[in-house]
Amino acid sequence: MLTFVIIYYAFLILACCVAAYYKYRTALLLLFTLLCVSLISGLLFGAEVLVNITICVALLAAAAGLSYSFRESLIQVLPPEGAKLMRTAPLTASFGLLVIIAYVIAAVFAPLIAPFGEAEVVGGSFAPPDDVMLLGGDQLGRDLFSRLIYGARNTVGIALMTTAIAFIVGTLAGLVAAQMGGWVDQVLGRIVDTLMAIPQLIFALLLLTIVGTSVLNLTLVIALLYSPLIFRLARAVAGNIVVMDYIEAARLRGESTWYLITKEVLPNITAPLAAEFGLRFCFVFLAISALSFLGLGIQPPTADWGSMVRENATLISFGEVTPLIPAAAIALLTVAVNFVVDWMLHISSGLKE
Amino acid sequence: MGGVLPLIGKRLLLGLVTLLVVSIIIFGAVELLPGDIAQQILGQSATEETVAALREELGLNRPAYVRYFEWLGSAVQGDFGTSLANQRSVAEQLGPRFANTLFLAGLAALISVPLAIGLGVLAALYRNSVFDRVANAVSLVSISSPEFFLGYILIVFFAVQNQIFPAISNVTPDMEMGERLYRTLLPAITMALVVTAYMMRMTRAAIINLLASPYIEMARLKGVPNSKVITRHALPNALAPIINVVALNLAYLITGVVLVEVVFVYPGVGQLLVDSVTKRDFPVVQACCLIFAATFILFNLIADVGAILSNPRLRHPK
Repeated sequence: MLTFVIIYYAFLILACCVAAYYKYRTALLLLFTLLCVSLISGLLFGAEVLVNITICVALLAAAAGLSYSFRESLIQVLPPEGAKLMRTAPLTASFGLLVIIAYVIAAVFAPLIAPFGEAEVVGGSFAPPDDVMLLGGDQLGRDLFSRLIYGARNTVGIALMTTAIAFIVGTLAGLVAAQMGGWVDQVLGRIVDTLMAIPQLIFALLLLTIVGTSVLNLTLVIALLYSPLIFRLARAVAGNIVVMDYIEAARLRGESTWYLITKEVLPNITAPLAAEFGLRFCFVFLAISALSFLGLGIQPPTADWGSMVRENATLISFGEVTPLIPAAAIALLTVAVNFVVDWMLHISSGLKE
Repeated sequence: MGGVLPLIGKRLLLGLVTLLVVSIIIFGAVELLPGDIAQQILGQSATEETVAALREELGLNRPAYVRYFEWLGSAVQGDFGTSLANQRSVAEQLGPRFANTLFLAGLAALISVPLAIGLGVLAALYRNSVFDRVANAVSLVSISSPEFFLGYILIVFFAVQNQIFPAISNVTPDMEMGERLYRTLLPAITMALVVTAYMMRMTRAAIINLLASPYIEMARLKGVPNSKVITRHALPNALAPIINVVALNLAYLITGVVLVEVVFVYPGVGQLLVDSVTKRDFPVVQACCLIFAATFILFNLIADVGAILSNPRLRHPK
């Protein structure tokens, strides 16, 4: 341990000096902050913290390297237009893309990747990790790794479906409100105001008490509770479009409201709506995970990340971190989507900083 | 100042109406049950007589609007009926738990508000610097993580690997202040992490927005030193958005408490709500929802009124 600590500090100080000598200001500041943090936490919690910090930094560096090489190879492989777009992507966005692709692959090919079925009992309960079960077993002896892979399919799939429903309902209502105006707009607006006056998680709990917990109910309840936010955005952006002259012209041509909404307004608001879809997906995903964690969302034996955390939470008090892996999977996907959405917003707003 | 009071009065009235509508929704939602509460409690196998008897006992034979006004009337006086699960008074169970929840949320607010505003202002001032980028990335990660993830990470690190804080925050009413603070600190930090991130990002955006306005540029062009631009020109105008941000996030804090309370087994309203939902104990669920909704509406109202008071243009509407 002592050698590790000595090497650790020597390396950090050396890196600081090199950065200072070559006037890499950013690197120097980061390294020096890291040095201070290590000193303080090392004194407070002992030398094990330094190992943790090293692992974290190594992981971050690996992620950065991976996303850099991913971006550069995409630039080489993609046709000119795609390559031009990718060149503007910051590392965070390319990391986000990489993670999303990995999740999609895991979800689509879950039966091929996972060594066991999602409800298959393989070993003893809370079995330690070995060659057969990569991450060990859960409270019933099912393979945690397989359940994690299947969880990508179930959790993400349900969240995507819910977001899609919320989107279709919210956008349609918003467009109708913007296009029709008058009392339709007023009534829809008031309904949405009331729905948003109750905190969403609390409202979801209330509704789930009444309709009971099943995947269908969960999807519909969450979709209902999250569509008002989409309604507001769709209403606001469409409000700027419907006053345009070409809408007036189309209306004078005698086109129906449905035609106006789908052919004239919708194509002009896809960019903000796409970014909104990413953001809302994150919120819906977190809400579903939270409800599953509380035992009111996706029900066993379906593998789902939220409920996996709850089922294995007892392990945490023994210092095991395996129950945190599904939670980390949730966090990783949300971060990735947020990174990509940030980039998309940046492109669509035309900001060049 | 003549125009302010009616304006605020209007807001308060609007808030009251919203609360009334919300209470109708909370009451009406239970009415939508297939069959009714009596049928639900006793299950499918119950005989017609027992269902009828329970219906009589709960007073379900009277029309819904009569029961609604009775429920609302007693709820306003602090009586939420009796729990179906253990026949105890709901208000009796709710009282101490609500105090606990307020204590937890208050502590989290006390940690997060100064921290978030400080960090947000710094990030806005040193925009695009290393500090800003790191703060941005860290806050994004903490927003994206579910609360139970952050909570368990804190438990693993501070309660299991280094035994500094207890993993379970079981506070009791007769506990001393110091002990109570010590046991509540870990859940409070968990909530503060998420809320600070939100608040920091919103504060940063508000300040950046402000610094881009023409009068700041004017002050700069006049040659006013940077520190004075911030303290004399920017901060007084930043007050309005910051008050708004803080109030909105406190509203979020009060609902975000549910998950954190479950993770730390903290005896608050959130824990009670989740337990009652699993037991389908409708009077308790209704009472908890009403309390959460009322607090939420209250903080949104404070955000509105704060925005009106701190912005002269809203104070004197044309």
